[in-house]
Amino acid sequence: MAALTEEQALLQEQAKAWAREEAPVAKFREMRDSGNEFGFDKATWESIGEMGWAGIVVPETHGGVDMGFLTFGVVLEELGRQLTASPLIASGLVGASALALGGDDAQKEAWLPHIADGSVVATLAVDEGPRHAPDQISLSAQKTDAGWRLDGRKTHVLEGMAADLYVVAARADGELALFLVEADTKGLGRARLNTLDSRGYASLTLEGVELGDAARLGEGDGAPLLDAILDRARAGLAAEMLGTACQSFDLTLDYLKNRVQFGQVIGSFQALGHRAAELFTEMEMARSCVEAALQALDEGSDDVARLCSLSKAKAGAFLHLMSNELIQIHGGIGMTDEFDAGFYLKRARAQEATFGNQAFHRERYANLLGF
Amino acid sequence: MAATPDLEAFRAEARAWLDESFPKSLAGKGATLLRAEFIEPEGDLAIWARNLGEKGWGTPTWPAEYGGGGLSQLEAQVLAQEMNRAGAFNPLTTMAGMGITMVGPTILEYGTEAQKRMHIPRICKAELFWALGYSEPNAGSDLASLQCRAVDAGDHWVVNGQKTWTSGADRAGWIGVLVRTDPDAPKRDGISFLMMDMDQRGIETRPIQLIGGASPFCETFFNDARAEKDQMLGELNAGWTVGKRLLQHERQSQTGTAGMGGGSKKSLVDRAKEYVGVDERDRIADPDLRSRVVAHMMDAKAHSLTLKRVVAEAKGNAKVSAAASILKNAASKVAQARAELDIELMGHSGLGWEPEGFEEREVAAVRAWLTGKAMSIYGGSYEIQNNIIAKNILGLPENTQRG
Repeated sequence: MAALTEEQALLQEQAKAWAREEAPVAKFREMRDSGNEFGFDKATWESIGEMGWAGIVVPETHGGVDMGFLTFGVVLEELGRQLTASPLIASGLVGASALALGGDDAQKEAWLPHIADGSVVATLAVDEGPRHAPDQISLSAQKTDAGWRLDGRKTHVLEGMAADLYVVAARADGELALFLVEADTKGLGRARLNTLDSRGYASLTLEGVELGDAARLGEGDGAPLLDAILDRARAGLAAEMLGTACQSFDLTLDYLKNRVQFGQVIGSFQALGHRAAELFTEMEMARSCVEAALQALDEGSDDVARLCSLSKAKAGAFLHLMSNELIQIHGGIGMTDEFDAGFYLKRARAQEATFGNQAFHRERYANLLGF
Repeated sequence: MAATPDLEAFRAEARAWLDESFPKSLAGKGATLLRAEFIEPEGDLAIWARNLGEKGWGTPTWPAEYGGGGLSQLEAQVLAQEMNRAGAFNPLTTMAGMGITMVGPTILEYGTEAQKRMHIPRICKAELFWALGYSEPNAGSDLASLQCRAVDAGDHWVVNGQKTWTSGADRAGWIGVLVRTDPDAPKRDGISFLMMDMDQRGIETRPIQLIGGASPFCETFFNDARAEKDQMLGELNAGWTVGKRLLQHERQSQTGTAGMGGGSKKSLVDRAKEYVGVDERDRIADPDLRSRVVAHMMDAKAHSLTLKRVVAEAKGNAKVSAAASILKNAASKVAQARAELDIELMGHSGLGWEPEGFEEREVAAVRAWLTGKAMSIYGGSYEIQNNIIAKNILGLPENTQRG
């Protein structure tokens, strides 16, 4: 773990205790079993709002606490450990970043305080096909006398069923442009995607959605803005994934120390001890990448993009491996729905695919560095 | 690091001293001058080595009373930054053999006052090369089964046996040796650590030629060799503890991947482009090779970020961390993968043994690739490190094969 400030360490303790007691995996199981279409428990999200976590990267002038990305990562990692389901990433990280980076004063004032206190859920609508491909966006934005007209489809929108505000990536006259679209806008339809991880994704259809000029986020080519928003999303998600993977590791290690076969705990077998040692090594490498990306965001250094891709790729690769080993090393019990391992595996694949999978980020890293 | 007035004053002092004491002709030449086979420095390098040794800044954090620099960790960091800025480097670490990286820290921890006064000042000045006698032909990974005997002859110890993989023994002035002092005790409890003068008839060395062509290691033979009574490091029969501690220092020094570049200053990516060509977007033309090079570059970055993180987390605390085992394994994986890719991307040109028909850097890459195979063997093999991680870090029960 990076050398944390006193404030960060305190928040880490708070988040750990809260997640374990108030939003543990058992709570996620209850939510899933209830068939909740939003994919998260409203009361859990209200608690998160009250604790101010949705405002961690929101400027103080707009109702946030502006504590930075490493701090946010510390919280997300703890929530990732318990698979706590909430719109914190979609809204408090991605939605908030979109407005903080691209919004004018009026837009910030209108939305950020509500995002920061959790009363509004904002989310980014970027993907259109089965793969994350932000450079191939085709949803059309056409200039009209009154403002803009949007037509097209979006998919894999995080918290898409609960969102009050969508940040929609569109193509306007060849260039990328972002728009703020409220959920009750005429011509906007949303449909639930019933995914393996029981979260609240949606697909959107936009048919003749009419917006005023004030709905446009940012000016000129929106591609760099979208990139910057996505990088924050990737780094934060990577921190949550690291938490999910670390908990998977801890569960596995605990099992190695307690499961007895052939008259001894199975962790005494060298074949398993070495696997655990290699997983631990990979986990440390992944953590370094995740923390470096968050710190780079805080420092505004010029290697943000490549470190964010590195962190998403490495956290993704380790989580992929670890979630598979979680099942394999637990054996039969790992296959049962009654045990939690399946939740971790399913969450892992959804996180991996979101905002670019490992292959996407290896390619992006290579292109950024001219390989 | 927060800039405090004290540190800034020290920075000015270090800068001024370097300006005066470091010959400008050597700036930036550390990597080429400090080869493994490097023995006696000459000219400006000799002047620099002497200046650095007398100042004690080759061992910056060691106590000043024994010839070290007496600097705090933060001051040592500032010194490193200033040396880096001036293009300066530390030749003493190489000249002292295992003296600065391993033997010295262990003497400072376990040695008697007299041992510290005798050895540490000479190590700080790198007056002689220190070797280490650990492995034996029948005691490799199972080091505790070592058989080299030391028998009490009243006023000294008589040592008989054979060591192997002793780095630089053929040019060493002193050697630290693990010997069996109680053959009847359980194997880990009958071992002691002796420091011996190599300048005696009872010790002979024979270089071992490796697959890479060089002979950095020796077999070392002890025939009624003599060790003085006051040269036992730590208690009698407590050598396993001392020796293990020393290995932690070794591991700490093997956590990087430096020196595995194979003699070329160009990056792996540039070499790949040079040998396989580029596509229309200036990418490595072979997509399969490119994707493996990319994955490797990301692994290498993850490793270097981990090294940085371990330093930041230690916050100036110089304790040897358990993370060293992880880093050593990660380092050997990264370095060996790089060397393999390096050879592969050169195709037929990556098969040269001598410069005849090949470029020098091609041959160097081949030699480095072969030499690098040792990284996951020496200092406790990859598998032994995994045993250590499993047992000491993860708290898993001891394997049937004890690590």
